Amino acid sequence: MRLFATLVIGILTMGQFAHPVMAQNGPLRIEITDGVIEPMPYAVPDFVAESPGSNQVSKDISRVIAADLNGTGLFREIPTKAHISSITNFGSPVQFADWKAVNAQALITGGVSVNGNQLEVKFRVYDVFAGTELGNGLRFKGTTDGWRRMAHKVADAVYSRITGEGGYFDSRVVYVAETGPKNDRKKRLAVMDYDGANLQYLTDSSSIVLAPRFSPTGDRVLYTSYETGFPQVFVLDVGSVRRKVLSNESGTMSFAPRFSPDGKSVVMSVTEGGNTDLYKMDIASGKRQRLTSTPSIETAPSYSPDGSKIVFESDRSGTPQLYIMAANGGEAKRISFGKGRYGTPVWSPRGDLIAFTKQNKGRFHIGVMRTDGSEERLLTASFLDEGPTWSPNGRVIMFTRETRGAGGTSSLYSVDVSGRNLKPVKINGGGSDPAWSPLQ
Amino acid sequence: MKTWTKAVLTVAALSLAACTDPGSFGAGDNFGTGTGADNGLGSSADPGSIAYFQEAVGDRVLFLVDQSTLSEQGRLTVLAQANWLMENADYVAVIEGHADEQGTREYNLALGARRASAVQELLVSQGVASNRIRTVSYGKERPIEICSEESCYAQNRRAVTVLTANLSG
Repeated sequence: MRLFATLVIGILTMGQFAHPVMAQNGPLRIEITDGVIEPMPYAVPDFVAESPGSNQVSKDISRVIAADLNGTGLFREIPTKAHISSITNFGSPVQFADWKAVNAQALITGGVSVNGNQLEVKFRVYDVFAGTELGNGLRFKGTTDGWRRMAHKVADAVYSRITGEGGYFDSRVVYVAETGPKNDRKKRLAVMDYDGANLQYLTDSSSIVLAPRFSPTGDRVLYTSYETGFPQVFVLDVGSVRRKVLSNESGTMSFAPRFSPDGKSVVMSVTEGGNTDLYKMDIASGKRQRLTSTPSIETAPSYSPDGSKIVFESDRSGTPQLYIMAANGGEAKRISFGKGRYGTPVWSPRGDLIAFTKQNKGRFHIGVMRTDGSEERLLTASFLDEGPTWSPNGRVIMFTRETRGAGGTSSLYSVDVSGRNLKPVKINGGGSDPAWSPLQ
Repeated sequence: MKTWTKAVLTVAALSLAACTDPGSFGAGDNFGTGTGADNGLGSSADPGSIAYFQEAVGDRVLFLVDQSTLSEQGRLTVLAQANWLMENADYVAVIEGHADEQGTREYNLALGARRASAVQELLVSQGVASNRIRTVSYGKERPIEICSEESCYAQNRRAVTVLTANLSG
């Protein structure tokens, strides 16, 4: 990823129309909040290879863009074999009639050139039925091994222009890769692109590892490891894969860590004498501040995006429920009042919703509610769903699904915050405890 | 580039498969019961052996759903453990708290800690030196029974007293 630091974004041309006006008035607009049932048909013909040796990468980039867009459930690709026109020159005028004829509402064209290890990708998005360009053409420059990231950046730009929301394709996911049967499960930390590509293992499987969490800039990961024989919170640098224990007081356990939005401190559970409470630790100084002091279990803390509040799980009422308190502790307000048990609350990056795990009548659900506890919606139902994490734009939730029985396995799933588009995330083997990175 | 990525993933998959250890995870993976011809457990005929502790005294207590209070049977088991530990001062113990899979990972870690602590407190109240006992929770990470039925869950909601010969003492 470091190789991609040379990424350059340039505007190709000034658009004829102000982009927001186009976006609002043209037909080429997906209002996600309206509840999209019919995905928008679009075409992405192979990007034009503009230099010798860029044929394959041009095709590959087009395919990654299509996979990103199709994967949202909001877009439907018109397959290449149905196209009656092709794009052979990025600069030539688009034959809108040919794309209208195949019912492509949006058209994405692009050009790719390779010079040594340098890769340049440019693209334009067209509103076919209006016969105009949507927004400006953009150019990305980087190194050839960052080609997937460039494709994701193009797809993010297209998604963003058509939905009016931020993208999430140029992001990564850290999770726990799992192998082996339930009573002898091997776990190791792994990081991958959000779509499963570029898998890299961050630890070996000699110790149990749990629930990794990205730092706000995506450069570090917090997780819980049994490396010392007891569960303790570790911090790992993703680039160097160097790790250090954060909290290692003899006779205590620490787990369920999460970064503060400024990345300087960690909120986590510490167990002492069988009682679990929340603590905040300053990473640089190691100084610890106790946030809760009750005989009940307090765990799974998550900051609001502005860092002013913490939502967490507590069984102080008798069963696990969700509570919100100020970031420095103090009185907490219960927000979950539905039937069943609530856990693992995670504040949306947009600040408007809390995702959670709900257990009721022997079933598990991933759900969302507003931060005051209202408008609870369950997005999934299964034998065991847990541990939601938000996409950087707050539109998609990834989580762990474990299947029932002796042969039960864990895998990663994602679902749109609307409850649609539930699907497995492609990973190598089993996996659990995903955590989405910010947009890179 | 694409081919390269695929090749790396394949290699990773192969090495993963090769690393998979089919051996089972016994209680006390990290604070084990030693090695040797008899596994270090001794003979259960020897009342001072770990094998005797496990089989005759009982090394584990079970809990009801969401509970960390010892049952009457569990209390009697822990009292017997306390007697044994008082008579066999050369051993230290780690009490492992566990939960069934019905619950979130984080909550079950905390619940397992409560269960381990319940055993520890009773042992200490009976006179076992507190510096001989540590607790750890595995939450739902180390089930011994793997079916998704109450018969298995009941066995997994446990606190296990794992002994180690105190070599330094």
